Amino acid sequence: MILDLIWFVLVAVLVAGYAILDGFDLGVGFLHFWVPRSEEERRVCVASVAPVWDGNEVWLLTAGGALFAAFPPVYATVFSGFYLAMMLVLLGLIIRAVSIEARNRGASPAWRRFFDRSFAGGSALVALILGVAVGNLMRGLPLDARGEYAGGFWALLNPFSLFIGATTLAMFAMQGACWLAMKTEGELGKRAVTAALFAWAAFVALYLDATLWAPSDAPWLFLRARQSFAPWIPVPPMALCLVGLPILLRRTRLRLAFLCSSVSIACVVAILAIAACPIFVLCTNEVGRSLTAFNAASSPRTLTAMLIIVACALPFVLGYTAFIYRVWRGKVRAEPEGY
Amino acid sequence: MSALTLARAQFALTVMVHYLYPVLTMGLGVVLVMVASLRMRRPDEVYDRMLRFWSHIFGIVFAGGVATGVVMEFEFGTNWASYSRFVGDIFGAPLAAEALIAFFLESSFLSILLFGEKRVSRRTHWFATLMVALGATLSAFWIVAANSWQQTPAGFAILHGRAELTDFAAAVFNPSTPLRFLHAVLGSWITAAVFVGSLSAYYLLRGRHQEFARRSLRLALVFGLAALAAEVVVGDAHTRQVARTQPEKFAAIEVLHHTQTGAPLAVVGQPLPEVLLPKLLSFMTYFDFDARVTGLDAFAPEDRPPVTATAMTFHAMLWLGLGLGVVLALGVFLWWRGRLFVSRRYLKVLCYCLPIPFVVNEVGWVTAEVGRQPWSVYRLLRTKDAFSGSVPSEQVAISLLMFVVIYLGLLGLTFYLVRKKVLQGPGGGGEEVPS
Repeated sequence: MILDLIWFVLVAVLVAGYAILDGFDLGVGFLHFWVPRSEEERRVCVASVAPVWDGNEVWLLTAGGALFAAFPPVYATVFSGFYLAMMLVLLGLIIRAVSIEARNRGASPAWRRFFDRSFAGGSALVALILGVAVGNLMRGLPLDARGEYAGGFWALLNPFSLFIGATTLAMFAMQGACWLAMKTEGELGKRAVTAALFAWAAFVALYLDATLWAPSDAPWLFLRARQSFAPWIPVPPMALCLVGLPILLRRTRLRLAFLCSSVSIACVVAILAIAACPIFVLCTNEVGRSLTAFNAASSPRTLTAMLIIVACALPFVLGYTAFIYRVWRGKVRAEPEGY
Repeated sequence: MSALTLARAQFALTVMVHYLYPVLTMGLGVVLVMVASLRMRRPDEVYDRMLRFWSHIFGIVFAGGVATGVVMEFEFGTNWASYSRFVGDIFGAPLAAEALIAFFLESSFLSILLFGEKRVSRRTHWFATLMVALGATLSAFWIVAANSWQQTPAGFAILHGRAELTDFAAAVFNPSTPLRFLHAVLGSWITAAVFVGSLSAYYLLRGRHQEFARRSLRLALVFGLAALAAEVVVGDAHTRQVARTQPEKFAAIEVLHHTQTGAPLAVVGQPLPEVLLPKLLSFMTYFDFDARVTGLDAFAPEDRPPVTATAMTFHAMLWLGLGLGVVLALGVFLWWRGRLFVSRRYLKVLCYCLPIPFVVNEVGWVTAEVGRQPWSVYRLLRTKDAFSGSVPSEQVAISLLMFVVIYLGLLGLTFYLVRKKVLQGPGGGGEEVPS
């Protein structure tokens, strides 16, 4: 069914949009202890994401909603299977949301230090766990006859998935550092460029290592990449962006650098999605129970109705999102009084 | 405790804490549009301060709504996996539509409303304010439509072991959607009006920010009283609709144990001495003193909702809501007599009304949701069958504990930040001389 595949692609697009957009504000959070060094610099860093973080997070809500609407069994199995992990993601999201809003509203240094820590910690937690979840989906999950996850919580914390978690953290750190490099100036801007270079090196190393690890821990993805040409299509643009990124950073072509970082994130999501398509959840103990875009899809009527909604709404969403980012373009300065 | 009980407790906690935030921002968004429009017509410094002050409060509360709202969208999958599998074909669509159509709009334009005054023209700023309010209202529409489908499911057929969509419009505009949407939106307008009125009364009592407080209070009284008058009509129509579409919920609300013609209205019910007005319930429900009203005995015991909680929360909503109406009407009366800003006793009463609309909205939702039990989807799926089978009870206990702790912190922080903002005041004009 072509509708099922369209929705598979749309879910992947929403995930990529989330990784690019919330990726940078999660990265800014994660880097909050290293890049800014003074109170004023920390204010600038928080101010750089304050107007946009909640809009970015809506991409997660939309991806979740789209998964729920288009592939209910996948939504149900993954979210209930990763129960405690999902609760930790929620914990991280709540903590960092509150921290961004509360940080600049308290006068005492202890107040600010507390919310600096929770902003960084919450952001890191979200990035890490989402990466671990992706790692587990890459490996496949044991499912029972009703399609429910049949493993325990600790089984989710396997070395491969933790490694993918670390890779995700590095990827978001790269994205966040590129954002800061683009949005800040002076000493802070220089430090952001250095951080971006470090994060870039870490991400490239971890990503290559994860690729070498895939044949043993995610053999099905690896097999599909060997059998088909399609998963290789996003590789050249990704390679180009990742090679170009440090050069652009050194030459302070910072907007282009951020664009390169964003494109490489989109390519990472695309490679995984193309290699996995149409499988969402590979069942490791009984391949026939795997959840795919075909056997987990909602009815054609629902998919069509949703597609019409997306076709009508998405141009507006992209339009005003571009407008908002245009309003906030340019370097950030610390707002004098919260808002 | 069983995993099911824990999951129900967790959903009740997370949804009730969540609703405290959007119920205020939905209404406050409309207040902001009114202030921004007044400012467009007659620009002056007091409107500037009103817009800035109330939008800052909006910003603080909105962040809490985002933080707690993401939880809701995840929880159907984490805790109610069987439900998600059974109804995902229908129930997922409004949630996705809410994020895509409403929530993007609200959160994107909010940044312009909050931070953008110096970056965009006044007209663009007004437009952003309008989009924020529109986004919040559309959000309410999709969420209420989804919930209404659980109350009065329509536009579907049971195929392949799940509820499948047959008619999108019929599912979205199911029999209870329009009235419940209006009911919820008007409830949020009343909440924002009382909120603004109460804090304005506080400033007037303290002799601070007089002109700011007077204008805010007048706006709040007119807006609140209009919304409340409309709410009386909508609420009444909604109750009669429940009698037709969910008779067991209606019987629980009115504590009507036996099906009868000429049913009496219980003005005061158990555990207090009952006061029954003969035949009035039949008349109020069907405009006929001898109409037959279905009682709880028409339903099997396992299909009846819990009566005490449903009835008590309904009557708490009704009487507290009408009480707010009296307070608002009195305010307008005093304004007409020119005594509004000098009657300290009235201002004090209004000031203490602040928490009441929140309580009214919450207990109203308890009536709606507890009155729907034992069903998760009315007459289709029982709550006990909606639960995630693969999640062990220890894990739900852990997450419930986590939410209790973090939500207490969140509520405390919101209260602290709003209080701080209120004490700090709208600024600009500073301490004016009390007149």
